[in-house]
Amino acid sequence: MPATRRELLEHATRFIVMSGAAAAAFDAMQGTVSADAATTNDYKMADHWWGMTIDVERCIGCGNCVRACAKENNVPEGYFRTWVERYQVGEDMERPEVDSPKGAMEGFPPSDKKDIKAFFIPKLCNHCSDSPCVQVCPVGATFVSPDGVVLVDQSYCIGCRYCVQACPYGCRFIHPETQVAEKCTLCYHRITKGLTTACCEACPTQARKLADLKDPKDAVHEFLRNNTVQVLKPQMATKSKTYYKGLDGSVR
Amino acid sequence: MKDTFREASHLVRLVVVLAVAIVAFLGLRGAVVPKDFGQYGHYRPGALEDSRAKPIVFAGQQDCVVCHEDQAKARDSGRHARITCEACHGPQAKHVEDPSNKPKLPQVSAICTNCHEKDVAKPKWLPQQVTKDHANGMECNSCHKPHAPKMG
Amino acid sequence: MHEMNPAVQGFMYPNEVELQWSVLIVLYPYITGLVAGAFILASLERVFRVEAVKPTYRLALLTALAFLLVAPLPLQLHLGHPERSLEMYLTPHSTSAMAMFGFVYLWYLMVVLLLEIYLDYRADIVRMAGESTGLKRLIYRALTLGSYNMSAASRRIDDRVGYIVTVIGIPSAFLLHGYVGFIFGSIKANPWWSTPLMPIVFLFSAMVSGIAAVLLIYMVTYRLKGLAIEMSCLDTIAKYLFYAFVIDFSLEMLDLIHRIYEADESFKSLDFMVHTHLYVPHIVLQIGLGTIVPLVILALTQIMTLEERWRRRLYVVAASLTLVGIFAMRWNVVIGGQLFSKSFLGYTSYKMEFATREGLLTAIVLMLLPFAILAVLVKLLPPWVSKQQAEA
Repeated sequence: MPATRRELLEHATRFIVMSGAAAAAFDAMQGTVSADAATTNDYKMADHWWGMTIDVERCIGCGNCVRACAKENNVPEGYFRTWVERYQVGEDMERPEVDSPKGAMEGFPPSDKKDIKAFFIPKLCNHCSDSPCVQVCPVGATFVSPDGVVLVDQSYCIGCRYCVQACPYGCRFIHPETQVAEKCTLCYHRITKGLTTACCEACPTQARKLADLKDPKDAVHEFLRNNTVQVLKPQMATKSKTYYKGLDGSVR
Repeated sequence: MKDTFREASHLVRLVVVLAVAIVAFLGLRGAVVPKDFGQYGHYRPGALEDSRAKPIVFAGQQDCVVCHEDQAKARDSGRHARITCEACHGPQAKHVEDPSNKPKLPQVSAICTNCHEKDVAKPKWLPQQVTKDHANGMECNSCHKPHAPKMG
Repeated sequence: MHEMNPAVQGFMYPNEVELQWSVLIVLYPYITGLVAGAFILASLERVFRVEAVKPTYRLALLTALAFLLVAPLPLQLHLGHPERSLEMYLTPHSTSAMAMFGFVYLWYLMVVLLLEIYLDYRADIVRMAGESTGLKRLIYRALTLGSYNMSAASRRIDDRVGYIVTVIGIPSAFLLHGYVGFIFGSIKANPWWSTPLMPIVFLFSAMVSGIAAVLLIYMVTYRLKGLAIEMSCLDTIAKYLFYAFVIDFSLEMLDLIHRIYEADESFKSLDFMVHTHLYVPHIVLQIGLGTIVPLVILALTQIMTLEERWRRRLYVVAASLTLVGIFAMRWNVVIGGQLFSKSFLGYTSYKMEFATREGLLTAIVLMLLPFAILAVLVKLLPPWVSKQQAEA
């Protein structure tokens, strides 16, 4: 029985792929290749405005998101599109003890501190709509897409590293092989095909959720309405679209 | 006036050289810059397509349950109901593409402790154990069922 | 990350461990600063009619040109994709301070510096096109653009246009270097850089370094050529160096006091850095040896009546220390700004490589290159002024 279902699925997939290819070929013949890149696969950029919500109290610091991201996006070792920090905060809020060994790629070595406030903070590109990184790019190799995702044009980036300096959150790095700026793409290849991001897919507690702020049915609206929500470094005024519920004041 | 112009002929030549350089630059610009640059903003719209074209590695839950209905049902009844298959089994897009491409079973000990090893920063609602005190050297799944983890 | 990387102290965001900008990016504001400073010194004579500095007028222009030609090289070498650098001209991003570099640079090179040098040297070029032979003759003939008009009227026009170019040149030189300061000063993510004072501090430090460099180059080249050094010229340059330095130092102290008094969220972190990682380059080299010592020396030469011989020696010491100090200042801005985490919870350190694309060796070669260019330029366009000429 499962075999038949698998076959069905295969056929279905193949059909979809084939028809997509045929349509593309047809477009090519007509000379209208992606006349509107926005509408291929029925995905309209104008209908979406992507962000993410993070529920700090649900994060268990397992590192699943970091591993999933690395696999999905081929992230080079030692660099991170997403990572998790562990905060252990005493009474001096200004001096929290923070660690993120290998970005939490292998989780955290257990801490048995007592009588301390402690929690995990997952981090990723905040997909700011007033992005300082986009502002400083000298050539137009990084940009906020019409659906609100900060992306890098790998074939256009000159590798000047100015954007890395301009990001207040440390979300960017230069890929050691391609020598161009890299960062979280919010799994643009997935979310534009109806899937969630790899980190959200792999998160066992739904601590992080992809949010479409233009979709009236998205749970993000209720999340923003009903919770005390904060963005990282609000003083930077970057219009971050990564919203944290239950974010402690000690978090940088 | 005419005299001034003649006396400044070397400057006129200089301006001509400069003008030629500017025209050459504008010509180069027209020839090299992608025609659709700036369609949505100050960038190459093709970059959107490039970003979309990356291969998918994690298939997504809806693809898993198409075939693995039985395991999905077992999962639904337990406390791991909302954990996706690939959270523990790893990325399976290749397996969906070609079901004969069988994934390896996850390493139980590491998978369980990633979440359930006791840590001060883990939230109180999460069941946590210090493995070496709790398991007595046994694998977690000798007592617990990962798909529906109640004691049993 | 810090478990694996001994360079890291405390906590840094994992992507911050790698430094983005190397010693080559230190050279970039240093070299551009020398250009702007040398040009401003040259324009003193032209616009403000400070006759005493006349012997250095042409030399300063050629120095500015030699350094300006090298200025983009460290940037180019630093890029991950140097072959794409033309994009900066083809699709410059209007909101990027860096994108404007190309245009400010070209404007300054083509419209200001080259034009001013051309106009000033045109009579000599036409003359030498007739006198010289071989390759030199060819070069001079090309430079004349085919116009050998040497009438009094045409010379008057040259002088008039040259004056206008210099007047435009002063704000352009300010723009060139002020904008380099803006590249750093406008990064709100980095509290070590982010201050509106940055462009102004860069500007005055540029003037200081450029004046000091021309002073030294003047003394060394005239000594090598066996020409007499005008003491009045040296004294005047030293006086301007002193004035510019006093302003520069006041601005830097204003910035420092402001930071200490305001003590915002980044203060503890930056304060720690200045007292540890940056102690030698910042406190010892930049402020101590590179600013206070030369300032005191220059002040002494201003208030005391010293023998010529002694003044000359003191000027050399002061100018040399100034160049070290300004280099340390660039270093502390560029490298210092990357040694602390934007979380203000940790620090890293910079290990300079040696024989790599962005290593020390490259930096040394890039620093020597302007002098090689200058050596060629002075052969082609002699800037020397003998005593009789200066008096004429």
